[in-house]
Amino acid sequence: MPPTARPLAILRKRARPPSQCRPYSSHPPQARLNLPIDFSTTPLLHHTSQSALSSPSLSPHIDTSTLPPSSKPSTTRLPLHSAINAALAHALGASPSVLLFGEDVAFGGVFRCSVNLLDTFGPERVFNTPLTEQGIVGFAIGVAMEGGKPVAEVQFADYVYPAFDQLVNEAAKVRYRAGRNGEGSQEEGRQVLEGWGDGGQSCGGLVVRMPSGGVGHGALYHSQSPESLFTHIPGLRVVLPRSPSQAKGLLLSSILTCPDPVLFLEPKTLYRAAVEHVPDAPYFLPLSTAEVLRPGNDITIISYGTPLYTCTAAIEAIEKDMKGVRCELIDLRTVYPWDRETVMESVKKTGKAVVVHESMVNAGVGAEVAASIQEQAFLRLEAPVKRIAGWSTHMGLAFERFNIPDVARIYDGIKQTLEY
Amino acid sequence: MIRAGSRKAFVRPPTLPHRWVAGKRWESISQRPGSDRLRFPGAVNSPFTNILAFVRPNEKDAMPTFRVLDQEGMVMQKNKEVDVAQDEAIRWYKDMLTVSIMDIIMFDAQRQGRLSFYMVSAGEEGIAVGSASALDPADVIFAQYRETGIYKYRGFTLDDFMSQLFSNRNDPGRGRNMPVHYGSRQLNMHTISSPLATQIPQAAGAAYALKLQHMQNPQSPPRCVACYFGEGAASEGDFHAALNIAATRSCPILFLCRNNGFAISTPSLEQYKGDGIASRGVGYGIDTIRVDGNDILAVREATQRARELCLEDGGRPVLIEAMSYRVSHHSTSDDSFAYRAKVEVEDWKRRDNPITRLRKFMESKGWWNEQQERETRSALRKEVLAAFNRAEAEKKPPLRAMFEDVYSELTEESQEQMKQLGDIIDRYPREYDVEEFEDGRKGLNP
Repeated sequence: MPPTARPLAILRKRARPPSQCRPYSSHPPQARLNLPIDFSTTPLLHHTSQSALSSPSLSPHIDTSTLPPSSKPSTTRLPLHSAINAALAHALGASPSVLLFGEDVAFGGVFRCSVNLLDTFGPERVFNTPLTEQGIVGFAIGVAMEGGKPVAEVQFADYVYPAFDQLVNEAAKVRYRAGRNGEGSQEEGRQVLEGWGDGGQSCGGLVVRMPSGGVGHGALYHSQSPESLFTHIPGLRVVLPRSPSQAKGLLLSSILTCPDPVLFLEPKTLYRAAVEHVPDAPYFLPLSTAEVLRPGNDITIISYGTPLYTCTAAIEAIEKDMKGVRCELIDLRTVYPWDRETVMESVKKTGKAVVVHESMVNAGVGAEVAASIQEQAFLRLEAPVKRIAGWSTHMGLAFERFNIPDVARIYDGIKQTLEY
Repeated sequence: MIRAGSRKAFVRPPTLPHRWVAGKRWESISQRPGSDRLRFPGAVNSPFTNILAFVRPNEKDAMPTFRVLDQEGMVMQKNKEVDVAQDEAIRWYKDMLTVSIMDIIMFDAQRQGRLSFYMVSAGEEGIAVGSASALDPADVIFAQYRETGIYKYRGFTLDDFMSQLFSNRNDPGRGRNMPVHYGSRQLNMHTISSPLATQIPQAAGAAYALKLQHMQNPQSPPRCVACYFGEGAASEGDFHAALNIAATRSCPILFLCRNNGFAISTPSLEQYKGDGIASRGVGYGIDTIRVDGNDILAVREATQRARELCLEDGGRPVLIEAMSYRVSHHSTSDDSFAYRAKVEVEDWKRRDNPITRLRKFMESKGWWNEQQERETRSALRKEVLAAFNRAEAEKKPPLRAMFEDVYSELTEESQEQMKQLGDIIDRYPREYDVEEFEDGRKGLNP
């Protein structure tokens, strides 16, 4: 029996009658749209091994060379935090220059993403830092400038701002300002150590991971989604996965193959909630490539991260209510530099677009996407591009479920756009 | 008890029992009954006292300043063997003189509008050249911007300096950075950036990378990082982050602070209240020394010893605070006589500077004389002017360099924007001068 059972029983005696008292995460009794997401049935997750291994977004990328001869790819059901752990473990094993550090990562991390990595890879490569975000990111940039592949963790995206200067003025600009000094070369008798960079003065090996997004009760400083602040910065790649299998493939690409600095935002509400079959072998999903999650002809819904689940629920309700309507759902995956081609191709086909994200609507990712659609697909547009996003306010604790776009708001936005 | 500035401060604080076993990182620390000292996790060896006394900063306990030469260029400690060869001393002298002569010419060139910006290092040539001479060429350097002498010592040619200053097509920075923001991959010097102190935690990370490279490949030579910054930059949060993280991760790094008395117009007295920057090193658990920055032999000797220390036992940081006086204006955009007396500056120039002090030392050894001085100055001046003219006549990098290197590859967005810019130039040709750029309009083609 969980240890919380007794105190809760005591509380119940004093509490108001059940009709007036609701636990945190419930929904209104009459709700048809704003129901909790059922992660065990959502089509966004691979509920069987077969589904993961036959998925066109995963199977072509699985590195079968790492498998023993004559064995077939296998999968394991993992929550998001374990999929990230698996990616980190593979990356640390793949290159001696991969390091993992941040606040409290050594014992496994406050979200369990780095569990067991210290024991496997040793305290020189997996370690705690002092509590200083500008120090963590500055330190990581330095490791990367000397050819390493640092994976720095900022404990919550809400706390990335002390490192804003290091990310914007430094990480994003190192290669640009170094110019020809940024090009690595094995000439001039320069000794290149196995697994380390070749002397080019860039910080392309850098990855900064940070949990982001609403979690139901995170209030002002455990809920933020600061991605659009970084999409204004040329030089940074901003990646935001939607699921365990996506997270593993995108994180492995960010650490081991991407030659540019990457900000990797992890939707923390999915850490335990989203569980799916994840291929065991390593695989590398392409960055700056969107994915069409379900095809449709009547409207394009563009989103990324957690809202994709709410979008899916809203689309299912719309398609049930409006017979014959088919919505196309696109996951941007990388929010900058983003895959404009896939989005434009879709909008030119459907003529209508809705952009959905959690963070504030003002100057958010939706603004950039909507403006680009307006420029590149103006003649095909049959309705204004709608943005459904957080309101231009802060995440007040008691009001969170009114702030983050829910199924009803997305449903309504799609309906209005379809009926325009 | 460790007191800032006291001699005890040099005693290494006891380290935590730090033995790593799989699954267990710390041994527990407990307060034993009857102990005469505190053993809490946050302070493991603090003796109890029944005297209520605050530890107070005391000017009398100021950290001493290490000197080899006095102001007349004479070795202070009698019978001290100064380990300097004649040709080495002459090289340092010529390097300092080159920087000094280039500074005067480029400062004037900026005043004539031939250059957008410049920063001289007058008064601080000794810190740069002296410390650089004590490092291995493979050691990695992160500089702030007033360390031109390091670049000269490491092998930057006058053409290298001038290409950067004029942002011409030979500038490896491809004309993107303001003047004086030098960098060189071959010489292991990272490109200078304007935001102050950002290089300090980066240097700590770079040092950690060098340490791991040596651990993983013990046959590779051990290397360290040297990180330079002024006393003003040391007020930034990045300084604090860097020294702390370098100490906790035992990074082989030399922190070299140039304390020249001013951050633009702000005198040190408005910058900090403690005993300079050096007293802080001790607080982070870092071996620290203060040296006379106008004494190139002291800077060199301290840096040599600091480098040995920082590579010992797997590595640790060392802090050197080099004291000097910013003889020059802060930059070409600054008139320092708006906030300090000209007579004070003239006094420093005349009475004590690193170039004349080394010259006096060399003259006392019979290594240098007035005639050599005259001939060297005149030859250097000619060389600088020749490089100046060559660089000024060169074309600027091709226009596409504006878009390249933001990412490793040009993005689809950048390709489209290059095309848009090209279209504008084609339709409004009289509005743009593209001929000063390599390949003109064609330089915008990817």
